[in-house]
Amino acid sequence: MTLYDLCFYFFSIVAVFSSLIVISAKNTVHSVLFLILSFINGSALFVLLGAEFLAMILIVVYVGAVAVLFLFVVMMLDINFVKIREGFLQYMPLGILLGVVLLTELILVLISKKMMSSGLVEYSSIPNFSQNENTKDLGEVLYTDYFLLFQLSGFILLIAMIGSITLTLRTRSGVKKQNIFDQVNLDSKNQIVKKKVPLNKGIE
Amino acid sequence: MTININFLLIPEIVLILGIIAILLISVFINKNSFKFSLYSSLILLIITSFLVLLNYQDSFINNNKLFITNLFIINFKILIIISSILVLLIMENYFQDLKINKFEIPILILFSVFGMLVMISSNNLMSMYLGIEIQSLSLYILASINRKSLKSSEAGLKYFILGALSSAFLLYGCSLIYGFTGSLNFEDIYQKMSVFNNLNIGLIFGLIFVITSLGFKISAVPFHMWAPDVYEGSPTPITAFFTTAPKIAGIALLIRFLFEPFGNFWFDWHQIIIFISIASMILGAFAAIVQDNFKRLLAYSSIGHIGYILIGVVSANDSGIKAIFIYLVIYIFMNFGIFAILLSLKNDNGYIEKISNLSGLGKSNPIVSIVLTIMLFSMAGIPPLAGFFGKFYIFIAAIESKLFVLAIIGVLSSVIAAFYYLRIIKVIYFEENKENLEITLNPNTKFVIYLSALFIILFIFFQSKILELSNFVSYNIIN
Repeated sequence: MTLYDLCFYFFSIVAVFSSLIVISAKNTVHSVLFLILSFINGSALFVLLGAEFLAMILIVVYVGAVAVLFLFVVMMLDINFVKIREGFLQYMPLGILLGVVLLTELILVLISKKMMSSGLVEYSSIPNFSQNENTKDLGEVLYTDYFLLFQLSGFILLIAMIGSITLTLRTRSGVKKQNIFDQVNLDSKNQIVKKKVPLNKGIE
Repeated sequence: MTININFLLIPEIVLILGIIAILLISVFINKNSFKFSLYSSLILLIITSFLVLLNYQDSFINNNKLFITNLFIINFKILIIISSILVLLIMENYFQDLKINKFEIPILILFSVFGMLVMISSNNLMSMYLGIEIQSLSLYILASINRKSLKSSEAGLKYFILGALSSAFLLYGCSLIYGFTGSLNFEDIYQKMSVFNNLNIGLIFGLIFVITSLGFKISAVPFHMWAPDVYEGSPTPITAFFTTAPKIAGIALLIRFLFEPFGNFWFDWHQIIIFISIASMILGAFAAIVQDNFKRLLAYSSIGHIGYILIGVVSANDSGIKAIFIYLVIYIFMNFGIFAILLSLKNDNGYIEKISNLSGLGKSNPIVSIVLTIMLFSMAGIPPLAGFFGKFYIFIAAIESKLFVLAIIGVLSSVIAAFYYLRIIKVIYFEENKENLEITLNPNTKFVIYLSALFIILFIFFQSKILELSNFVSYNIIN
């Protein structure tokens, strides 16, 4: 058993157990934290495969954005997860059935070596390690051959931004805003008025 | 490491740079930003259409094989740009009256036009997907732009969720095609498949998934459920846009997808398209009968029109493609004529949407009601008007390809569809006036109404010209 195998088994066991805890934990905050743990283990598995770019993306996208979003949802919204889980036993048979189907599919894939004869184009399952690391490889095609497509995806993000602003921005009336430009531009001559205060009377 | 952008993409690049410029300027203009962005969008679209026309020759220029252009694509691009120009012309009053005159509306329309141009000139499954996404993402926002109205928000959400589902179908189909051919490029896929005698099961699944997704975009029948609700809920000018430009782009892409990568496998896809076509025609004819909302009725009628257009796709010959082009040109003008009239009619509760609100229009405003009647007669396919010729060419193409059943069903369903168009005419002329209709025609709307009316009446005189133009459309992919 080499170090590589040891690492693989360690990370995959932790990933499997933390995903089990995700669905069984009573406290939803714990579930989300274990979800993050299983994502991190998944990305470690990608590193072992030599796909370090995918590993980093997994951490940035899933841990950085999705999991934190879940955490916010869990903490800010008062959702009663116990109530949602009430129908668990009811759906259990269906879940087990689906699990069995998936398992048999996996086993079938593993035992049948005729998969390639179905007409799928043959590709090697192990990534082709080039001299460069695959972040660099990806970058080299992304910014040259697929430069236009890269730009197009940027426009999709721009549209999403415009849309979310248009659909949610409200200009409220009656809100007192601080306008620093106006404040700085005030002239002391117009603002300070000298008045003579008559004795025993004060000023309105 | 050179980035190779040649003349092929100039219209798109100018368009997107212009959009960004308009967006930036409108953000800083406080007053009349809607008007500014509306009219500058119009100018930008006209410039883009000239740039598209500048390259009017049948040349295949590849740009890393991601994009392609030829006369078919250029003609459809021009159709898309014309229909978006028309929608920009008729929208001003409506949005200003409803006080949703946001400058983003014309910009989002431009963005979706950009997406459509990318989508129909794509030569690769990836650029096709990105084009579709750009187009539909801006359409989702446009559908829910009137966020004060519950119906508009519902329309946007419904469109968004179902559209995301259809994108998932598209991606799954693309991944299957990629897995079984090993290529994303249309020509390479064609080359790889030309050695097959018949498609294997994986490729058939891929093909069906992609057709499903494109069928959703053009709202053909088994995938049409979203259309009536979204068309009813969205603001009326946006509905006018939905019924034309995205459908033209969807049809063009469907034709290219079926004839370029899958050109050799007519036998495998023609049954699907025949089914979709028959179902669309029949549902479009029957479901519209019971509608009392004008926009909903037009939604069903557009589903029916898609059915007729798909007959042209199935017939898979030169005259079929030509007939589709002619049909779409006529369809644009009929549609915008009706919507322009709908956008200039108001009663006490605002813009009218119910058919019963039209009662007595014949007496109170004879000119507008005559124009509306002409449009409706044309939609029904009454002979001297343009709509008749659209259907006529489609049925001729079907008969040339010996698709007699399709042609017969088409004729029968257009007879049934004539019923509900005639019902509107009956309401206009023979029912008592209940409400006071107010007609406000601003010059742009007037221009659109008269232009489309003239086009529809005079089509019979210059149809040879249009036929000549459509000759260029006939496509060298049909072997």
